[in-house]
Amino acid sequence: MWRTVKQIARLGFRSEAAPSCDDAPRIESERIQRQLLAILGRALSIREVDAGSCNACELEINALNNPYYNIEGLGIKFVASPRHADMLLVTGPVSRNMAQALRRTYDATPAPKLVVAVGDCGCNGGLFGENYASRGRVANVIPVDVAVPGCPPPPIEILRGILTAVRRCRNKPD
Amino acid sequence: MQIAGFRLDLERLPAPLPIWRATVRADTWLVVARAVVDAGGRLVSLWGSDRTRGAAGCLVASAAYALNEGLVWLDVELSGRVATYPDLAPLFPCATRMQRALADLLGVTAEAASDQRPWLDHGAWPAHYRPLRREDTRRTPSAGRAVVDYPFVRVEGDGVHEIPVGPVHAGIIEPGHFRFSVVGEKVLRLEQRLGYKHKGIEQRFTEVPALQAHRLAGRISGDSTVAYAWSYCMALESLAGREIPERACWLRALLLERERVANHLGDLGALGNDAAFAFGLAQFSRLRENWLRLSNEVFGHRLTMDCIVPGGVAGDISPAMAARLIGQCAEIESDVRILRQIYDEHSGLQDRFMTTGRVSPELATRLGLTGLAARASGQTADLRRDQPWPPYDRLQVNIATQCNGDVAARVAVRFDEVFESLRLIREILSRLPSGEIRHQIHLPGKSAFGAGRIEGWRGEIFVALEWDGENGANSIRRCHCHDPSWQNWPVLEHAVIGNIVPDFPLINKSFNLSYAGHDL
Repeated sequence: MWRTVKQIARLGFRSEAAPSCDDAPRIESERIQRQLLAILGRALSIREVDAGSCNACELEINALNNPYYNIEGLGIKFVASPRHADMLLVTGPVSRNMAQALRRTYDATPAPKLVVAVGDCGCNGGLFGENYASRGRVANVIPVDVAVPGCPPPPIEILRGILTAVRRCRNKPD
Repeated sequence: MQIAGFRLDLERLPAPLPIWRATVRADTWLVVARAVVDAGGRLVSLWGSDRTRGAAGCLVASAAYALNEGLVWLDVELSGRVATYPDLAPLFPCATRMQRALADLLGVTAEAASDQRPWLDHGAWPAHYRPLRREDTRRTPSAGRAVVDYPFVRVEGDGVHEIPVGPVHAGIIEPGHFRFSVVGEKVLRLEQRLGYKHKGIEQRFTEVPALQAHRLAGRISGDSTVAYAWSYCMALESLAGREIPERACWLRALLLERERVANHLGDLGALGNDAAFAFGLAQFSRLRENWLRLSNEVFGHRLTMDCIVPGGVAGDISPAMAARLIGQCAEIESDVRILRQIYDEHSGLQDRFMTTGRVSPELATRLGLTGLAARASGQTADLRRDQPWPPYDRLQVNIATQCNGDVAARVAVRFDEVFESLRLIREILSRLPSGEIRHQIHLPGKSAFGAGRIEGWRGEIFVALEWDGENGANSIRRCHCHDPSWQNWPVLEHAVIGNIVPDFPLINKSFNLSYAGHDL
């Protein structure tokens, strides 16, 4: 047990600033928390859906949970059910075998809901494109609010995409 | 050459590892398969191709066997209106799903196979569309259809109920369906249904220029991008008869070992987390992030995608960068040593790891378990040691093995492999030969076959490539990519029998198999 505590104490606090506009880092993360509260009235819950990716996007989305990005510290949490989610984070291309599951996940997410497509494949089908087994970009199957390009996009860009979608949400009619 | 006393007219492919190819008759197909079993060989992959050219040519089923001497790629030509070939599943259980996939993709079936349910085709593809048939690829596919229900095997009896999981899973992981039949907390049976990620990669290969298809290969399974890109490039270089510069070989091995470390760091953290030890995830994910950030600085990509290119590598590293990579090995090693001690001494963690999800060495041999998971179940295969290709022929890799075959054993193999890869990385960087990093590749003006075989972090990646250079066609005729997950997914069904449902995520993670690499 003391080794565990020692390792924690030795490393200290490693979280880094969220992608900022211009504010000082700590102020920025507080600002993001305040914005989330102002816009959503609560922390942001995200359901991730892999609709046919190569798994590289998932590796980078998982990295958002590491101590550097500390996404939960910003008030953003990945949840297990679409029924608990405000946002779907979808990677693609959407395979035909996953299209129905993605559609059902979207339908199960309560409105108002946001969809962020992650990665080149989610944005435009990527190297795989559309064929007998692939429906291509996420927007071909469900409505998309923000698309984050990259193959795969680094975690900081994914986080930027999530925050962009939330800010846009404020301007949405519903 | 002889396979276990059986003479075959084998052609040696000019690959850095010993790989032979031959065409056999249908009656010889089974005789050779039995000889391979008797010689202690393994089935690496089973696939099929359409080699028709107008009225000539035919459909072909292929199998690749791993023997002590090397890899043997056998083709059997299929004739007649109903194309069938002898069933290999009685000899190699792992053949079952590959044969079902072959039926979906090419419309050829194994004779009298006991399981003929579709595997990759969930009913959503256009009707009567066989994606690897040339006549079908030329026509525009009609509209897709809705997915159909799958006939799972039902377990009956008092108190048995089913838990369906997926395809959308609770965590940030790939899609697949698991059907558990349980009594109380105890798993009686697990049946997997995969294929959700099938996106037509093997058909796509035939539409991409061969000198750019390494990018597609590098996106078959994002966590194994280096292993796939190297296998593909090896296959392409072998059919072009071109060797790569020595320095490029060493840089490729550097990338491959860095990929192995990156994945093991991620998995070791996730395994701690799945046993409710969140400290492990925080610590290892920090190390993994440090690792990826330096990859981004040195190679220009966090996951080192597109760094391996036909003919060599895309970029060189400076002595200053090499020094930083060596320095990082020391940092990571000291942290991982501390963490290993913490894991080993944590009684709660060890209680979850020990005896959980056990695959005995006998079962592993019988079912053809491969790669990292096999080394945790007493199998001692590792291509880097058994068929060392440059630069591994000059590195003397020490392989990690365990005999218990439980989650603890798979964790221990990962720890040992991290330390060994860190040692290899330092050695590679200190002995890095100078010179060019890339040769031009000239593809032949005739039909040619090539193959690539790499020990990735998960296990053996195999690529079989057919090039068509005749009459200016200059295109990939067929590119088959094989992921070791094909062998290991069915073994996972056995590993969970008798365990409790809450241990499934832990057992699953300890294998960490690829959905994307399997589904293609």
